[in-house]
Amino acid sequence: MDISAFVLFWAAIFTSNILLTNFLGMCSYLSVSREVESSFGLGVAVVFVLTITAALNWLVYHYILVYFGIVYLQFIVFIIVIAAFVQLLELIIERYTPALYYTLGIFLPLITVNCAIFGVSLFLVIRNYNFLQSIAFGAGSGIGWLLAILMLAAIRRKLKEKMVPLGLQGVGISLIITGIMALAFVGFSGIVQIQ
Amino acid sequence: MTKKEIFITSAFTENSIWRQILGICSALAVTNLMMNSLIMGLGVIFSLALSGFTISLIRAWTPRSVRMMVQTLIIAAYVIIVDIFLKANLPAISKQLGPYVGLIITNCILMGRAEAFASQNKPFDSLVDGVGAGVGYTFVLLLIGFIRELFGFGSLFGIRVLGAWWTPWSIMVMAPSAFFILAMLIWIINVRFYKPKV
Repeated sequence: MDISAFVLFWAAIFTSNILLTNFLGMCSYLSVSREVESSFGLGVAVVFVLTITAALNWLVYHYILVYFGIVYLQFIVFIIVIAAFVQLLELIIERYTPALYYTLGIFLPLITVNCAIFGVSLFLVIRNYNFLQSIAFGAGSGIGWLLAILMLAAIRRKLKEKMVPLGLQGVGISLIITGIMALAFVGFSGIVQIQ
Repeated sequence: MTKKEIFITSAFTENSIWRQILGICSALAVTNLMMNSLIMGLGVIFSLALSGFTISLIRAWTPRSVRMMVQTLIIAAYVIIVDIFLKANLPAISKQLGPYVGLIITNCILMGRAEAFASQNKPFDSLVDGVGAGVGYTFVLLLIGFIRELFGFGSLFGIRVLGAWWTPWSIMVMAPSAFFILAMLIWIINVRFYKPKV
């Protein structure tokens, strides 16, 4: 694909937001968004892990899997790379910055099973991005996800004092809010298309 | 519990999507066409049932500390089979589903059933539970897919059912409609069947 990494970065945030148009990372998005602070913590962790694992998985795919002709193992290998990286990160943070560990540490295990991380690795293989594009796409997707969860958490905080129909409380109303947010993001989609 | 009860429980009364809110990512992403929903559902049933069976089979020999990793690898192995099968036999649909086939691995339903059921129950019960949860998931996917394809394209399974007078609602093909439809579905089912507490 001949799209510059810079354009791709912005496109990943706005026109093809990983959550609002590709529906990835919904589980932790719905369950963690009760508090703005914890949403921000998880979001920052996702941005960081997503950027690094996108780069790592690109290297692994092109220099190991393609080289040895074992592309069909990509799912397993990507999962292992992500899990190992998250584990390593947890150890490093715990050892050197205990303060950060208390705010970010609890979110790290959640990230291993966050489908946004794995999804981005699959997208960059399917869409044939180069190394720079992959990093830009990873970082952009992470920031897009952070933006979405922060918006939802902020709206849910306002919503606490409002009357919501009984059957809609909790997940139902979160999904409707997300739908409205997605509708707003559709407005960006004419600017640049990445598919 | 008999096998029939296990099936009904995991497919409907404790349905993964509307009851436990698991596996929503793919439920929203692939439902713009009914055919995609069906194939995705079948893939999930296959990997859910067999991974449940395998995990349950080796549950006595799996050390607790590495059990998550073991479960993920077993699930991944079955999903790879689904992916290769689709690529070989249904290349067009495989291309449309894109990364979402691989994403079955991180679908919370599979990990959830492995952890909540298969790691504590007998192999054949786990197989039934897996098929049940998969059928419940496929049911929701087809329901959402039905609404989106009917209004968005005027067709069902690619066959035109609404005549030329029908103006397709392009919103139904786009992302926001999926959120709205799922929210409505959860709302109706909650009010109708589960009677939320005041």
